[in-house]
This record gives sequence, C-alpha cells and structure tokens, in this order.
Amino acid sequence: MFDDFFIRALIAGIGVSIVAGPLGCMVVWRRLSYFGDTLSHSALLGVTIAYSFSINISLSVFIVSGVIALLLLSLQKRTQLPGDALLGLLSHSTLAVGLVIIGLLSSIRFDLMGLLFGDILAVTIEDIFIIWFGGLIILGILFFIWKSLFAATVSYDLAAAEGMKPDVSNFIFTILLAGVIAISIKMIGVLLITGLLLIPAAMARNISNNPLQMIIFSVLGGILSVIIGLFSSLEFNTASGPSIIVAALILFILSLLPLRRNSALQK
Amino acid sequence: MIKNKKPLVKLENAGVYKSSKWLVRGVSFEIYNGQIVTLIGPNGSGKTTTAKMILNIFYPNEGIIKNTTKNIAYVPQKINIDWTLPLRVIDFMKITNHIKNTQIMESLTLAGVEHLLYNEVRNLSGGEFQRVLIARAIAKKPDLLVLDEPVQGVDFNGEIALYNLIKDISDELNCGILLISHDIHFVMSATDHVICLNGHICCSGTPKVVAKNPEYIKLFGEHTTSTLSLYEHHHDHSHSTDGSISK
Repeated sequence: MFDDFFIRALIAGIGVSIVAGPLGCMVVWRRLSYFGDTLSHSALLGVTIAYSFSINISLSVFIVSGVIALLLLSLQKRTQLPGDALLGLLSHSTLAVGLVIIGLLSSIRFDLMGLLFGDILAVTIEDIFIIWFGGLIILGILFFIWKSLFAATVSYDLAAAEGMKPDVSNFIFTILLAGVIAISIKMIGVLLITGLLLIPAAMARNISNNPLQMIIFSVLGGILSVIIGLFSSLEFNTASGPSIIVAALILFILSLLPLRRNSALQK
Repeated sequence: MIKNKKPLVKLENAGVYKSSKWLVRGVSFEIYNGQIVTLIGPNGSGKTTTAKMILNIFYPNEGIIKNTTKNIAYVPQKINIDWTLPLRVIDFMKITNHIKNTQIMESLTLAGVEHLLYNEVRNLSGGEFQRVLIARAIAKKPDLLVLDEPVQGVDFNGEIALYNLIKDISDELNCGILLISHDIHFVMSATDHVICLNGHICCSGTPKVVAKNPEYIKLFGEHTTSTLSLYEHHHDHSHSTDGSISK
C-alpha cells in the first residue's frame, strides 16, 4: 500500500528515535543542546568530505563530528573564551566551511536541501543497516557506561570521589553523540538533528517523575514523531526533517496540558 | 587510637596549586578505621580542597596521598539537581552503587527521612536533602566516609541528631570519618582528632588540646575557646529528629 521508499524511511526513522531517546535525555540533563548543535553542523563538513573522497557518508560524518567533539572538549579546558561563545564559533564556522566547500565542488551534484533538512527518498537499504547496526552499538556502549555517566550527571564530584571515573564516561558519551548524528543525518538533516534529540526528551520530562520513565517516554515520543512526520511529509510533500520536528513539537505542546494534574498528584 | 594499624588514608606534605596560588599546602595527617577526624578553619582555608585530594577529585601538585581503600562514600557540600532531571530519592540512593531496597530503607530510617523515598530530590528542603545525602553515603557501608559540612541547613536539634548519627555510624561500621566544618563553635566531642586549617595545618590534636592552642585562639579569637566542644556526647538519652528527648 505504501511505496518501498516510505517503508524504508519508516524503519530507519524508528531506529533513529530509539537511539535518540536515551541520548537525548542525557543531552537535556547535561545541558548539552548547543554542544549537540555544534556537532551536527560540523556534520555538513563530514558530508562534503564523503562526497569528495567517495566514502560512506555516515562514517565520514562520524569521524568529522568526533574530531570536532574532541577538539571542543580540549578547547573548553584551554581557552578563556566562554563555553557558549566557543560553541557558537565552531558551530557556525563548520557550517560555513561545509557550505563553501559544497559551492566549490560544483562538479558533483548536491541536494543541499536534502542535506540540511533530510530526505526520505534518499534512505537506502544500506542506510537502514547502518542505522540499526550502528544504533545497537551506540546503545550497547551507552548501557555499559550508563551508571557512571548518570552519576556524573547528578554530581561530577560524587562520581569522581566514589570511583566512577566520570572523565572516561564523559569522553565516550561525546563520541556516542557524534555517532547518533552520523546515523540520523540522512533522515533529519544537518540543521534539525538536535531537535530530534531534545524535543522528545523535553516532552517526556513533562510527563515523567523518574529517569527511566523519561527515557521510555522520549523513545515513544520520538517514534510517534517519526511516524506522524513521515506520513505528513508524504501527504503534503514537505521535507522529512522539518515534518518530524513539527510532529515532535506538537507532542511537546500536548504534553504540557496534563502537566498541572500530574504535578498536583506528586505534591 | 590504634596506631599500629595501616591508615585508610595517609597524606604526606600534600598541596594543591591552582590559578597561580597554593590553595592548601604542606598537609600531613592520617585517618584510621574507627577514627573521626574533623577539619576546621575559616572560609577559603582549604578544607574542601583537602577533602577533594583525599577523594581523588583533585590531584596533589606536591606531596603524596595514599589511599588503601576504594570503598569511599562522599557527602558533598552542595549538589544542584537540574530541573530537567526527574530524580527521586530512591533513584538518588542508587547512583553509584547497587544497593538493596531494604538497605536503602534502613539508611533512610537512620537519617530520619524514610518518608521521602518517592519524593523528587529537587523538591526537598535543605535539611531534608542533607539527611538524604548522609543516608546515601551510609547505605554503601563505606570504609571511609567524607562529610563536607553535613549539618548545613539543619536546625539545631537536627544538628545534634546528625552528629549522634555520625558517631553511631563510626561505632557500627568502624569506618574512618573525615568531617569538615566551618562551625568552629560546635565541634563534636566524639571527634578523635581536630585539624585546624588555614592554607596549611596551623594546629591539630584532640578537641581540648586544639581549643587551648595559641594558634587556634589567634585564628578564631578568644571567645571561641569556651564554646569549642560545647556538645558532649552522652548515651543516656536519645534525640529523635523532631527534637524530643527520650531516656
């Protein structure tokens, strides 16, 4: 009843939201949304490198975003520049450099809109494999470092004092963030990836009272956003990324409605 | 004090250098099982820095720190829980260790906050949160317990109850305890060893000895000497958390 490309996009999108759920919660808890933005903007640079050397897009994005992430971590410790200014600097310059390089590579046909906002037509069987296989690896590693990462989110000092090695888990988490951006770039596009991390998590916060619940709701919210977003993308012929994010936004707004009843129950 | 035993922690001439100055320097002391060591000193005297060296949060820029145990529990001075993180007391109790629910209840009951099990940590009052922090630390049954200003925000009666609790923990678990206090007027008499810091160790010894030390008097003023060790620990009655006393 649907076209093959639509089924592929659906399977890919659901895979992305399962991975984005727990990572998105972590990003929200640790106030890393701008950090995520910077990484996803640098993904454009990764895409251009992939085209220039004809290597896999996800792999190239993962490497470039990973390098930017590590650069950011070390710069944050060394410069006097405030964190947000540093993030802004890297975020916009990587986006700009990516766009300039795309301009220079005029010999290669680019779907710039697709890169920036996602393109469901572009999802191949290979992409689905990368999303699900890569996603499983990301979730596996995240599960392994979760305890330490969570303790460090609550209190870095406490985690360090009680032997949880927070620096190691922080480092690994940053790499995982680059990973989730790499696998979701085709679906959502460079500009909106952080939205899929943040908005379902923010929605989940409104309706949960413990961490596990928040993760489950944010996964469910992500899946629902992808399904609604892709159907409307097909129906109204809109780009897939924005459609998914708008769906997530609507779910977020709906989650605000029962907030009062919920908080009345808690207190 | 059993001095022939191996210390849990041993500091030798340890110091931390940060932002082009020594936060604390030349600190040497030891903590043994069953011992309560209290660090006192004015603001910025390096109490928390010293504790963080022992806890491996800061690395000493000079000197040596030897930790013989990994089973350490920490009650930090302050924790800010972000609004976005829905964390209940029961979740918080488990953040660094897998602790059985019966053990969690037992520790919360000891600290007098068992009724808060399913409350969000963010909504607790300052005093309640302090008790939860202590309960979390003792639920681990640590070898070394480090408490940074554990009674801040707790009312006077609660303060006595918490000091009693700390003494009981020390008796029951036979762990070493490092207690940090800026409240020089109120150093618990159960303390075996008081170390007075002011960027360096200015004096140390039993509470009574420190109270008479001229360095201590110079640092805190004459009037404090009469009130140090104000609270003597007796076991002929007990204080419940609401302040009532039962024989």
